[in-house]
Amino acid sequence: MATDIIDKPAATDVATTEHTRTGPMYRPDVDIIERPDELTVLADMPGVSADEIDINFENGVLTIHGKVEARQSDGSFLRQEYGVGDFHRTFNVSKAIDGTAISAEYADGVLTLHLPKVEAVKPHKIAVKAS
Amino acid sequence: MFVRTFNRVQPGMLFRGGIDRLVSDLLDGANGSCGQCTFPPVNVWEDEQRIFIEAEVPGMKLDDLDLTVNGDEVTIKGERKQDETDGVSYHRQERGVGTFSRVVHLPTAVDVEKVAANLNAGVLTITLPKAQEVLPRKIKVNE
Repeated sequence: MATDIIDKPAATDVATTEHTRTGPMYRPDVDIIERPDELTVLADMPGVSADEIDINFENGVLTIHGKVEARQSDGSFLRQEYGVGDFHRTFNVSKAIDGTAISAEYADGVLTLHLPKVEAVKPHKIAVKAS
Repeated sequence: MFVRTFNRVQPGMLFRGGIDRLVSDLLDGANGSCGQCTFPPVNVWEDEQRIFIEAEVPGMKLDDLDLTVNGDEVTIKGERKQDETDGVSYHRQERGVGTFSRVVHLPTAVDVEKVAANLNAGVLTITLPKAQEVLPRKIKVNE
């Protein structure tokens, strides 16, 4: 079954969303895994505390936002391969997902989202009666 | 079987070289992260007394990491495992899996005995106090 969960193009995101916080914003790397009864989204969001994560589901659009406090403040950099800032990403979620039943957990810098499928699209076993 | 594997030891990891930093700046692009080319990405900075190495290793526990300090080299080794793949299909796979090893060369000698590492929410911080002999010393001028 093809469940449609696609990233919004970055350009659309920029045009439609204004953020109240300034500073750099990063797009977390994600895995999207389909299981028989749900879609699981894993997002790498290191350095966030669990109570600083906002997850919103509205009109079929799922938004995740993780607030990251500034760190590495003092001293001079010898090497800088990544920036520290908030994580933000939006997804279009198909109607096959039950938006009211989305749940999430955060551990070791990884956000896990569970997007259960609506009953109608879950696989059902059909018993065959012997006649 | 790994779908994607991190690069192993990177050559030219010396951050003393300006060229290397220039190249890494070019690779990093606007996003600031190197994505799949190097794992884990590291930031290195120093103050007068210490050198700090920070690496983003989401999904890993301290037990999954193998940290060694050898002279002026710090090695971060580990393996990020993939979740189960049986009976599931991946719509998107951006998070790398596999073994990795990174060597960071330090610009000065450090006190190996006092190196401390801390892992919090997928962020690894290694604090390396500089060796006594390289610490800045005020020189008294005799009149």
